[in-house]
Amino acid sequence: MKAPVSWIREYVDLPADLTTEQLAARLTALGLKLEAIEKPGDQIRGPLVVGRVLTMEAEPQKNGKTINWCTVDVGDANGTGEPQGIVCGAHNFEPGDLVVVILPGGVLPGDFEIIARKTYGHLSAGMICSARELGLGEDHDGIIVLPSDAGEPGEDARDVLGLREEVIEFEINPDRAYALSLRGIAREAALGFDAPFSDPAERQVPAPNGEGHPVVIDDPAGCPVFVARTVSGFDPAAPTPEWMVQRLAQCGQRSISLAVDVTNYVMLELGRPIHGYDADKLSGPIRVRRATEGERLTTLDGADRALSPEDLVVTDDSGIIGLGGVMGGETTEMSETTTRVLVEAAHWDAVSMFRTGKRHKLTSEAGKRNERGVDPAITEAAADRVVELLVTHGGGVAEPGVTVVGGTPPRDPIALPASLPARVTGMDIPDDVTVRHLTAVGCAVDASSAPLSVVPPTWRPDLTDPYDLVEEVARVVGYDRVPSVLPREAAGRGLTRTQRLRRRIGHALAGAGCVEVVSFPFVGDAAFDRLGLPAEDARRHTVRLANPLSSEEPSYTTTLLPGLLEAAARNLGRGAPGVALFETGAVAFPVDRGPTPIFGVDWRPSADELAKMLDTIPEQPLHLAVVLAGERERAGWWGTGREAGWADAVALVRRLADELSVELEVRSAAYAPWHPGRCAALFVDGTALGHAGELHPQVCRAVGVPARTAALEIDLDVLMARAPEVVTGPRFSTYPVAKEDVALVVTESVTSAELEAALREGAGELLESVRLFDVYTGAQVGEGRKSLAFALRFRAPDRTLTETETGAARDAAVALAAERCGAVQR
Amino acid sequence: MSGPNTDYDPVEVNAVQPEEVEAARDAALAAIAAAGDLEELKQVRIDHAGDRSPLALANREIGALPPHGRKEAGQRIGQARGAVNQALAARQSELEAEAETRMLVEETVDVTLPTDRTPAGARHPITTGSELIADIFVAMGWEVAEGPAIEAEWLNFDALNLGPDHPARTMQDTFWTEPEDHGLVLRTHTSPVQARTMLSRTPPIYVVCPGRVFRTDEYDATHSPVFHQVEGLAVDEGITMAHLKGTLDHFAAQMFGEGITTRFRPSYFPFTEPSAEVDLVCFVCRGAGVLDGATCRTCKGEGWIEWGGCGMVNPRVLRACGVDPERYTGFAFGMGIDRTLMFRHGIEDLRELFEGDVRFTTAFGSELG
Repeated sequence: MKAPVSWIREYVDLPADLTTEQLAARLTALGLKLEAIEKPGDQIRGPLVVGRVLTMEAEPQKNGKTINWCTVDVGDANGTGEPQGIVCGAHNFEPGDLVVVILPGGVLPGDFEIIARKTYGHLSAGMICSARELGLGEDHDGIIVLPSDAGEPGEDARDVLGLREEVIEFEINPDRAYALSLRGIAREAALGFDAPFSDPAERQVPAPNGEGHPVVIDDPAGCPVFVARTVSGFDPAAPTPEWMVQRLAQCGQRSISLAVDVTNYVMLELGRPIHGYDADKLSGPIRVRRATEGERLTTLDGADRALSPEDLVVTDDSGIIGLGGVMGGETTEMSETTTRVLVEAAHWDAVSMFRTGKRHKLTSEAGKRNERGVDPAITEAAADRVVELLVTHGGGVAEPGVTVVGGTPPRDPIALPASLPARVTGMDIPDDVTVRHLTAVGCAVDASSAPLSVVPPTWRPDLTDPYDLVEEVARVVGYDRVPSVLPREAAGRGLTRTQRLRRRIGHALAGAGCVEVVSFPFVGDAAFDRLGLPAEDARRHTVRLANPLSSEEPSYTTTLLPGLLEAAARNLGRGAPGVALFETGAVAFPVDRGPTPIFGVDWRPSADELAKMLDTIPEQPLHLAVVLAGERERAGWWGTGREAGWADAVALVRRLADELSVELEVRSAAYAPWHPGRCAALFVDGTALGHAGELHPQVCRAVGVPARTAALEIDLDVLMARAPEVVTGPRFSTYPVAKEDVALVVTESVTSAELEAALREGAGELLESVRLFDVYTGAQVGEGRKSLAFALRFRAPDRTLTETETGAARDAAVALAAERCGAVQR
Repeated sequence: MSGPNTDYDPVEVNAVQPEEVEAARDAALAAIAAAGDLEELKQVRIDHAGDRSPLALANREIGALPPHGRKEAGQRIGQARGAVNQALAARQSELEAEAETRMLVEETVDVTLPTDRTPAGARHPITTGSELIADIFVAMGWEVAEGPAIEAEWLNFDALNLGPDHPARTMQDTFWTEPEDHGLVLRTHTSPVQARTMLSRTPPIYVVCPGRVFRTDEYDATHSPVFHQVEGLAVDEGITMAHLKGTLDHFAAQMFGEGITTRFRPSYFPFTEPSAEVDLVCFVCRGAGVLDGATCRTCKGEGWIEWGGCGMVNPRVLRACGVDPERYTGFAFGMGIDRTLMFRHGIEDLRELFEGDVRFTTAFGSELG
């Protein structure tokens, strides 16, 4: 909301030396936030004067343009009193017109310095200005032609143009709809400076009579007040007075026609949106009701709209003529031939306004005010003000008929314990201060009762309960007076176990050289296709968004890999020789358990109700994914680098499992998007954790990462749930270790994990560790076979083992490996 | 040991003549002193202290001497051998030390060579920033609460006094999931976590809720459809706006340094009443608005930075979440983590946080200092 300072000062008697900055700061402290201060004339320096065009000669030029060589009377402003010769490219004026002239030595916005210069064969001494050149808007169709009574040649044009005006732009919070008017802003200024306020809505209005245009309200809840006044003999061609055009412009509104400008002006002045009808196009009484199913209306913007039974409509004998409070209809629209205007000032139910605006996607200045709440008590005053302005500037007469249907709905008093403001704000606010400030805000306070009985003013529909009143008292006392006190020390339980585990996981990954990424959790089919996910893959069954930002990515993701791969490709594209990226984040899987219940808000839903609600929410497990692409170790003076491979991905999962003291089981698997021969399925306690390995070469090509890029994705919830809460301290023997190496030949399909498990079980309790240290394939073991060499370490807790004991344990291990896996010792 | 010699050989017996022993000793000592390296010393040891060395041979002859001469000869030879061995040991350690010194010189490397074989990892500043904030509150005895990104409409809106006709519920701001009438949204703030907390436990409640939130904003240098918030909630007996101010002042000082405080401006949020905007003293110019003679770029000369919103929990919210507003009061606040990081670390484009460029992230390390 933009407010010219002079307009504010019309209604509140502010100290003359108060600066605009001080005014804006005080209003900001009261809750009307300063957005910007505009000083349109600030960028114009030097002589800017009113000039009268004396002569103009059109001179066609070789370049096809026609310029006007003008002489302009600028009074004594040029120091000589002689007419000023000026070349002007515009044609929208004629001799005798008053124009705005900037003389040599002046500067226009953009540091555009004006000098007398030779152009088109003349010495042009100055410039006749357009609105755009003065920084007053985008209008560049021609120069500004001032009204004939605007001033005398040679006068400073700044006053005429309102360039000395300063305009404050406020950001108005939705609860302060009253401040979407100069009346409201001035009232706040009066409150802020304890200055006298004269209410522009306080005016003598003619009493209602039965002679006005008949109006019937069928839905008084939707439309509690409807005022109709008529102006006849109105001149549709009458110009809008310059001061009004200027003020509208200062408030960011374009002048359209006198009738429209007047309604806009009164809306800005009082906050009450007004609708004007061409009275001659009305047939029969006006009636306000709700629409019925199937009814339609073509609104002013030309849109044909299907109406809902919730929409409030204005009708006459011809049918529906407007969407009440939102937008008028085409059939009764005012035009350039309208001479009789019916002025509608009506109060509408804010919720209906909001719903109708939302339903029909209609936003307007009027709608914004109607849906936030307008003062219902100024309906007659607003209509009367419009009539006054139309009559004064449009040459019509106010018809004697005055229709007023309904009235201001009564407000219930709010019971406010006088101590509540102090209790809530922590400020020392005595009862009398509360009473005084609420009164200043406009409330009627009955201080004799306890609790206080407070009736909010008609322009404050937002004040509905005691806490609203506390805010009013607090802002007048001043938020800057709130003391700074720490609450009592709470006996907190610190971070939860999962929160601590998540930090450990992050640190372990960063320690392993991985860089964390935060990407958007949106995904589409194209990403799944690039990953080569089969049609029936569970990851393709997503939670879809009703209104995605991009139709390419309409779903909440089920896998973190697309985002990570994209980031990896981006890094490599920007020249990184290799990247190791990780992300932890929730993914989502739909549960499809029907709509989520909506409960009331006056009491807590029952435990059953809450459980039912939580049940409808998609499953959102916490995932971890890592992508390793390109160099895992760099090349350098130490030798060659090493490309990332499947083993790096599996190693990271093992590392995390170790970090969390969880036993990890690795099995081979074929699962998209991994290479079918280089994919590990990971399990803890038999529960699937996720996968790790090398990506399928097709996937690498599709997402634009190097071949052999490795990746993992696991469910962190599963991993963290298995981490023991307390690790038992290990017991270990200090007796000498006995080492035995065995090389076992098995067929290719036997995994090292299977073989190791057999050795471990077969070796029995004396075994301390098993470690694979070599894999051999080749002629010596034969086609389709491989040799795996393991180092076994034996140790007893209480003695040095004999060779016989370790030998026996080794033989038992080998025997079980032979039995389970067909292993033959080499 | 050889037994007594009864077959005297006058020539060999000659060897134990005192002058011969002295000569052998002196020759040995001279050779030891002359040994230039461990290899040479090894040869000297063989020549002068080995089994075939003159002193060893002389020693062997002692048994052949007449008994009266044995003692004297034994002493003489023993002393000579002792002197030689001592000299050998001394020279040995001398030469070893020299060799090691030489080796150390030879092994000198250029320690300025790069060592970045395995590039460093890092955690994301949004993660570490959230933890930094969480830790500030945990140190005050608060706890960290979390909730899901896809949330029930009632928790995201209704319970927070955002009624069915609140403008924030329109499609313009909120991502809804399909089918739309199922009432599931991508949470537009972390406030549903506050509701969940109040619904699941009884006061006193002191929780801070960092997390990812969603709005249907276009993606540019200062807006993102996905961003991060931290909210705080305190519900207890006797909680006032003064406690809210005290908590935020403490938070500001911990996050931005001593002397950085907050100010409140009246504002409007459905879930709080009274409500306030929180501004932070600009920690770059420390509120002056001017830095090195120029307008401060961080606060654009205002001396204050808009930080977030706050207020006293609306009693309607307390009631919907089962907290008795007659007995308890509460305060709540919320601010953008991404925005806080942007001005704390001079990040100029919000999108840098979400691009995943490792050059950006690694600059912050694995904890946010």
